[in-house]
Amino acid sequence: MDGNAPDFAAASRAALADPQLRGNFRRAMDGLMTKRAAQFPDAGEWHGVRALAAAVRLRALSKLPELLETLEENCTRNGITVHWAATTEEANAIALDILHKANAKLVVKGKSMVTEEMHLNAVLEKDGIEVLESDLGEYIVQLDGTMPAHIIMPAIHLNTKQIAHLFKRKIKDAESREDAAYLTDLARRVLRAKFQAADVGMSGVNAAVAETGTLCLIENEGNGRMCTTVPPVHIAFMGLEKVVEKLEDVPPVISLLPRSATGQPITTYVNMISGPRKDGEKDGPREVHLVILDNGRSSIYADPELRDTLRCIRCGACMNHCPVYTKVGGHAYEAPYPGPIGKILVPQIEGLEKRGAMPHACTMCNACVEICPVKIPIVEIMGRLRVEAVKPGGAVKDGGAKASRKESMVWSGWAAMNASPTAYRLATMAMSRLGNAAPSSLPMLKEWTNVRTKPRFAGRTLHDLARAKGIPDV
Amino acid sequence: MSTIPKPHRVYYFGTCLVDLFFPDAGMAGIELLQSQGLTVVFPQGQSCCGQPAYNSGYRADALKVARAQLDLFPGDDPIVVPSGSCAGMMKKHWPDLFRGEPDEAKAVQVAGRVWELTQFLVHVLDVRLTDQGEPVRVTWHASCHAQREMGVVEEPKALLRQLANVELVELKREKECCGFGGTFAVRHPEISAAMVGDKVADIEDTGAARVVSGDCGCLLNIGGALEAGAKAAHGQHIAQFLKERIHGR
Amino acid sequence: MSDARNSILTRLRATRDAHPPTPPASDFAPIEAKQWAAEERLPRIRRLMEAVHTEFLDATKADWPQVLREFLAREGVGSLLYAPGTEAGKQLVEGGERGPIPTLIPYDRPLEDLKPQLFETIEAGLTTTRGAIAETGSLILWPTAEEPRTLSLIPHIHIALLRTDALYDTFLQAMREQGWAQAMPTNALLVSGPSKTADIEQTLAYGVHGPKRLVVLVIHQ
Repeated sequence: MDGNAPDFAAASRAALADPQLRGNFRRAMDGLMTKRAAQFPDAGEWHGVRALAAAVRLRALSKLPELLETLEENCTRNGITVHWAATTEEANAIALDILHKANAKLVVKGKSMVTEEMHLNAVLEKDGIEVLESDLGEYIVQLDGTMPAHIIMPAIHLNTKQIAHLFKRKIKDAESREDAAYLTDLARRVLRAKFQAADVGMSGVNAAVAETGTLCLIENEGNGRMCTTVPPVHIAFMGLEKVVEKLEDVPPVISLLPRSATGQPITTYVNMISGPRKDGEKDGPREVHLVILDNGRSSIYADPELRDTLRCIRCGACMNHCPVYTKVGGHAYEAPYPGPIGKILVPQIEGLEKRGAMPHACTMCNACVEICPVKIPIVEIMGRLRVEAVKPGGAVKDGGAKASRKESMVWSGWAAMNASPTAYRLATMAMSRLGNAAPSSLPMLKEWTNVRTKPRFAGRTLHDLARAKGIPDV
Repeated sequence: MSTIPKPHRVYYFGTCLVDLFFPDAGMAGIELLQSQGLTVVFPQGQSCCGQPAYNSGYRADALKVARAQLDLFPGDDPIVVPSGSCAGMMKKHWPDLFRGEPDEAKAVQVAGRVWELTQFLVHVLDVRLTDQGEPVRVTWHASCHAQREMGVVEEPKALLRQLANVELVELKREKECCGFGGTFAVRHPEISAAMVGDKVADIEDTGAARVVSGDCGCLLNIGGALEAGAKAAHGQHIAQFLKERIHGR
Repeated sequence: MSDARNSILTRLRATRDAHPPTPPASDFAPIEAKQWAAEERLPRIRRLMEAVHTEFLDATKADWPQVLREFLAREGVGSLLYAPGTEAGKQLVEGGERGPIPTLIPYDRPLEDLKPQLFETIEAGLTTTRGAIAETGSLILWPTAEEPRTLSLIPHIHIALLRTDALYDTFLQAMREQGWAQAMPTNALLVSGPSKTADIEQTLAYGVHGPKRLVVLVIHQ
């Protein structure tokens, strides 16, 4: 992630030029939007449960430090070892330490966005530890040597044909069959051997319950259960915002997450883990570790407006409904979290120097806000980050990194023109009379006229027409 | 949606895009209101709601421009705006923009009186339109801010459906953004082009001769793309379309 | 890493107290309002679960071991892992002598001693449930020392016994009435079908990592 700032514009150009990719995303997102809508036939139910889920998340955030302490206390009482990491480096060091103590050679992983944030796989591989993603989509992406293109459906950018070719290249004895059932079965065979042999299993956390010291994980495939049940050691990673106060707070979240994400009433498995194997129990890991990661979240929390970013339950519905994401796909963002939530979360974590362009990759259409199950004001936060990007010394890391004297002068000039009726009248008169002579090669007009005709000034403004027609002024 | 008694007098906030690019649509809106027996006041001092700067991160500049509009609308008469996006800026974002400012209360009062044109025609005036035009097939483009900030979804379509000779064919992805997004269109021209490309394809699939919309940003974008692509359909503001229909043009 | 802990918590506390949020009340009524008549619950559970390829068998308290054995014979399932310490396990062994007898394998040792068999040869696993949920069509699994977690995870076929007197409207109702918050087990689960994935071009495929088949053996009370 280090080095030069990612270039969203360039990456999105490449994505747009790939008709296969465009087709894959368009089809997939259309399908997901339709399936989600079918899960909410009753507007009253949607509004009620949504208000509850938002309230649950807001209540958790309002008591965040206390709940994290309670979570730690109850997890510890349950036999779960709790670790705290301020940075991704610290989290990686914690993970390595546990792995070294366990003398681990093979790690199997369930889906975890936090470990994507940590680039954990690269760290482990550098240490000589084999690490295998076991969520089918993540496994495909790992085989392909790329990043997840979507937080819920990592391999959504590929079609069956592309995956069949990948498996043929990478898996011994794979047949060249473009058949999802065959490919799934092939992955089952490869991964079952790994679950059996793994020294450590890793997972994310969808919600951690302070009241009971319980880690909730939802999934369809059973790989999450494998990773958290079969290997002798389980390490779970969570962002510090993932805590909820009570066990009863889980049902509203679980009610909305799968419906919003993939349009299914519930995931196949809702897995609630409250400790390692107890005396007398025959299976389950001997050790369970919980790594609580900050990585900039406490800074986000510090600002009462930006704090709402931390409500997120990572359903990915905002991506599915984002017209920009649908066009360019997940990889163009070059970030662990793409799409609308990524555009507000990643700049706050990584800073506006590196990510100041992300909040502008948005038309502010509010489609994400409309469907967000926990009512995050994504577009308001997007607007706020645009302010922070040009305002030095604000609340966000590298605030003011995108400040430009030229741009700021343009807006001052714009404001001066629009704040004075006389200036406005003169300026609009000039534009009306002369504007159409502006060459299409001018900056901005050039980009605009790439696929559109030049906007035509009307000659007489509405002000002129209203005056001419005697429309009263007061 | 909640409504108000029919007033005798309304203010009209024309918006800067209408002013420069679509003044006839702006005038059509005024005439539609007048045809319902209202006195329409167009304060000549008006310019822009401030949205361009607001959405670009220059809130102080946006505030300066918004503030210049505040005193143009004294009293309690409704303020009608022929744009969902500008109406949304005034109604939804001015209270935020003015928060903590000495004129906050005034801004909140003004914001509370803002109506999008079709919303006002349907809910306050309950207009009845008589179609005098030739048979035509049209489609409706819903602007994002009209839908999601002003809650205007069915109103414009209800108006179009009052017209006997107008066949309304809805877009397959009516709710999807056309890719304008203010400065987005020039900051990310390729993505914007892809978005408007999808929109144009959707419009073409309806076989409509016109795409009617209530927002001039969308119309500059979609209309410009239709024209550049030499497509059969062309864009038109709903105020102008309605006015032409009831006058048989 | 206690430094990280303290600095994180101190920072959260200070910044929260500087801008204390006032969350809205949590109104659970929209979930509590989801109710089905007693006779509607099982058909709903069945419909929702069948939609995701779950299979159902009907039996009574007395004849379920027989029904199960017949099913296993019919499907050619040669080995069944079960929990010998549970009532159901005992009933399974005792009952149904008249039917064909598959190889019954007791889960009576730690996973480590059973792993190769579990992953490589055992075809089916039998568990009880703590009820089911009508809203989503979900079984409640409550693994114990006697009935381990992997019984319902590793064998290709998971067979679950469901008593019709333990059907709930919602997840919330089940956890409230069963008092979960007071005593969570090491692992509690909701299971709503066999393992599935749509990660390859949104095409549903069953049996990716967990059981390929889920069979609910309904014990009508």
